[in-house]
Amino acid sequence: MTTTPAEPGLEGRLQAGFDATIARHDRIEPRDWMPDAYRRTLIRQIAQHAHSEIIGMQPEGNWIGRAPSLRRKAILLAKVQDEAGHGLYLYSACETLGVSRAELTELLLSGRQKYSSIFNYPTLSYADVGTIGWLVDGAAICNQVPLCRTSYGPYGRAMIRICKEESFHQRQGYELLMTMMRGTDAQRAMVQESVNRFWWPSLMMFGPPDAQSPNSERSMAWGIKRNSNDELRQKFVDMTVPQAEALGVTLPDPGLRWNEERGHYDFGEPDWAEFAAVLRGDGPCNAQRLAHRRAAHEEGAWVREAATAFARRSAQEAQEAQEAQGAREAREAQRAQGARKAQAAQDTRPAGEGAR
Amino acid sequence: MSTEPGSIAHGSVQPGSVQPGSVEPGSVEHGGIDHGSVFDGLLGGDSSQWAFGTDFEDPLAGVDTTTPDGVDGAELAAYCLMLGDDALIMSQRLSEWCSRAPDLEEDIALANIALDLLGQARLLLARAAAADPGVVPALPEGSPVPPEDALAFFRGDRDFRNVRLAEVPNGDFAHVVVRLLLFSTARLALLERLRAGRDHVLAAVAAKGVKEVAYHRDWSGRWFLTLARGTDESRRRLLAALDALWPLQAELVAPHPLERSLAEAGVGVDPASLREEVDAVLAQVLAVSGVERPDRAPLAGVGGRTGRDGLHTEALSLLLAEMQVVARAHPEGRW
Repeated sequence: MTTTPAEPGLEGRLQAGFDATIARHDRIEPRDWMPDAYRRTLIRQIAQHAHSEIIGMQPEGNWIGRAPSLRRKAILLAKVQDEAGHGLYLYSACETLGVSRAELTELLLSGRQKYSSIFNYPTLSYADVGTIGWLVDGAAICNQVPLCRTSYGPYGRAMIRICKEESFHQRQGYELLMTMMRGTDAQRAMVQESVNRFWWPSLMMFGPPDAQSPNSERSMAWGIKRNSNDELRQKFVDMTVPQAEALGVTLPDPGLRWNEERGHYDFGEPDWAEFAAVLRGDGPCNAQRLAHRRAAHEEGAWVREAATAFARRSAQEAQEAQEAQGAREAREAQRAQGARKAQAAQDTRPAGEGAR
Repeated sequence: MSTEPGSIAHGSVQPGSVQPGSVEPGSVEHGGIDHGSVFDGLLGGDSSQWAFGTDFEDPLAGVDTTTPDGVDGAELAAYCLMLGDDALIMSQRLSEWCSRAPDLEEDIALANIALDLLGQARLLLARAAAADPGVVPALPEGSPVPPEDALAFFRGDRDFRNVRLAEVPNGDFAHVVVRLLLFSTARLALLERLRAGRDHVLAAVAAKGVKEVAYHRDWSGRWFLTLARGTDESRRRLLAALDALWPLQAELVAPHPLERSLAEAGVGVDPASLREEVDAVLAQVLAVSGVERPDRAPLAGVGGRTGRDGLHTEALSLLLAEMQVVARAHPEGRW
């Protein structure tokens, strides 16, 4: 038997097991022990991701009614519907950490939990539907693909499915822009104008520069996060530049050029003051997005109450019916037993007695 | 129909169109992740491998679109517009619910139903254009706008043949439940009969639609019962919606001369023949829910003319103003 200076307590052994799982790059599952801070960080991150999907329905949903072809209308409606589906998977993943969807919704509506700031920008033309697919979903995929390997099992598995669908959306967005670029001059101008508006906010989606990212280091150590903000931002720029060239649009950054030495594109600095303002709640659509969500939630309250009341009543009626059935069966059983007894009594009656 | 998110969404638009190759879960799981792989296929390659292709695909490609013997092409086209416009306008109203439903599950369900009806509309408008190219509005020469879109986005409100029930503005959740129950009850009865019609395209559209609309009726019927027997508030709202929409119900089963004529030709369905079944289904839902059939007269037309005649409520031209604004600004646009 090995002698250790101090026998670790239960907490210490649990922590050691957790650390070993993380070190092996294995998954932590809902019933495994985990440090409280790990749980809190995950809830914050998954909830923020779920909220982003739900709030993210609005900027594109804004154009469903005006989609310029029936095929585009179907594609867009299906895409926004997928976002609701992603929100569902993520809220479910979050619920495995011991917090309910209703609580999370409340945290969103009261502004105590955030969602991705990109959705606080307005959608002003139909080209924005394509640009959001190409740049915003593209940036989201860059952020999310590493999360498929995140240390928390339910989150990682939800992300695998979400990434598949996001990648499908990204192609659809790029395809819309490609098609518009083959259309009229007015359409090409619309695409360029849209890209000009969304380029910098897309770069901001990777979060503040690494030096100013307060939560990054611990999330990396826990295997919740796998790459730094700046690494992912660089990857996104490197992938997007050739796509922009193929599309025939200019990215609105005079500092954008290939750096042979680094083997990457150099690019300019996003306006971090604007990023901070939008994060603070002063973006073009922060108030509008939350008000829309709050209105939908409040206007639906009576429906959710009705569904709960109906379910309770149905369950109660089913139980009463079951009890009534049970009572009926008991009465019948009793009667049957009585009859059997009577029969038995008759059968055991001495012969001749009945004839008397 | 599955209400599982993701699968529905893609399935409703174009089954089997998802190309999962770019982000295989397996490859993601086994480390060595390559972010670039996510974007495979964005550049170069054959565009037709993409989800929806980059060109418009004729939804009726490969289907025999010749008009059945003894049927007037213009009449058939007008009939297809009636059924197609019902689906299109209903879909437009339902899609307004997107991101506004009481719960995520119902948001997904309503989008699903809107997508089903949009799919039916596309096939029916394309059929109308094939039966009589004369119904398609004229666009500038060389315009790439396909016929289904020319019909959806470049007709004025007086050329729309939908029933007025489809176009009236949305109300609360009880309103969408009642509207959909009335609409889908009549449409299901109609599509069931249309499957046996002599027009191959209409019969095929109907066969596909029956499964979809059966789900729509089921969804709205279950919510009707839930709201009727939920809380006092939900019952009050349900009864108000039923009262408001009931006058528009009769139009669903009121025959237009054109519908009669096509029914006689064995191509269409006479809505009057649906009355018995529609009444029985609605009576059943009302009875289970403990709701009286409203005592409300049908909404009058103008000089006897209603939706099927192109005579609508004030709501339709506003709905179309929104729906058509981008398409009309770019009559030579490619989308």
